[in-house]
Amino acid sequence: MEIRVQSQPFDAGAELNQFTSAQSSVGAIVSFSGIVRNNSAGDLRAMEIEHYPAMTEKAITAIAQQAQDRWDLADVLVIHRFGLLHLDDPIMMVATAARHRVAAFAAAEFLMDYLKSRAPFWKKEHGGHAEWVAAQQSDEDALQRW
Amino acid sequence: MIDVLYFAWVRERIGLPSERVDTQAQTVGELVAELAARDDRYAAAFADVTALRAAVDQELVDDFSAPITGAREVAFFPPMTGG
Repeated sequence: MEIRVQSQPFDAGAELNQFTSAQSSVGAIVSFSGIVRNNSAGDLRAMEIEHYPAMTEKAITAIAQQAQDRWDLADVLVIHRFGLLHLDDPIMMVATAARHRVAAFAAAEFLMDYLKSRAPFWKKEHGGHAEWVAAQQSDEDALQRW
Repeated sequence: MIDVLYFAWVRERIGLPSERVDTQAQTVGELVAELAARDDRYAAAFADVTALRAAVDQELVDDFSAPITGAREVAFFPPMTGG
């Protein structure tokens, strides 16, 4: 399991290749990348991501541990950025490795659902005016399926 | 004494990222009541507690009846928007 919380950009393709080459005898690798998209007004200049440094890595590790307890996973990678990001920048990625694809897909979705509303990050969109991104009830509801 | 941390718009409304607070509060809710009574900035930040979440010693609490006795750190923030 590898958890990285960083301000620096990362290359999702290179990270996935490295994650893949570190595995042995897995049948499935699933990855997800989150990218900075434009706001609804279409005038996004930057996306600021604040986090709670003392809690972030601990919270993500606990979420990844839950995924490992629940599915037969060979490995988990989570990278999440904080700081000032721009349009099309990578925000975060998740990769899961397992013997079978069902576990790899389910664990990746579980990780994403929990990272969304249980990892201490807060996004602020800087466009015409600056606005904190509001959490969606649908994100909270998504946790119920697990 | 307890360290109280604020994030996102809670931090902006109060105007501080963190502070040390001398409190007799036994629960998160009691601490909220003490802080909200301080002045307009705190009152604005804590006006709608349903819009707030809290962590005690870096663990998210289910509701504001969570105890804080013996805790070193309490944090207040809006619902998280990671991913």
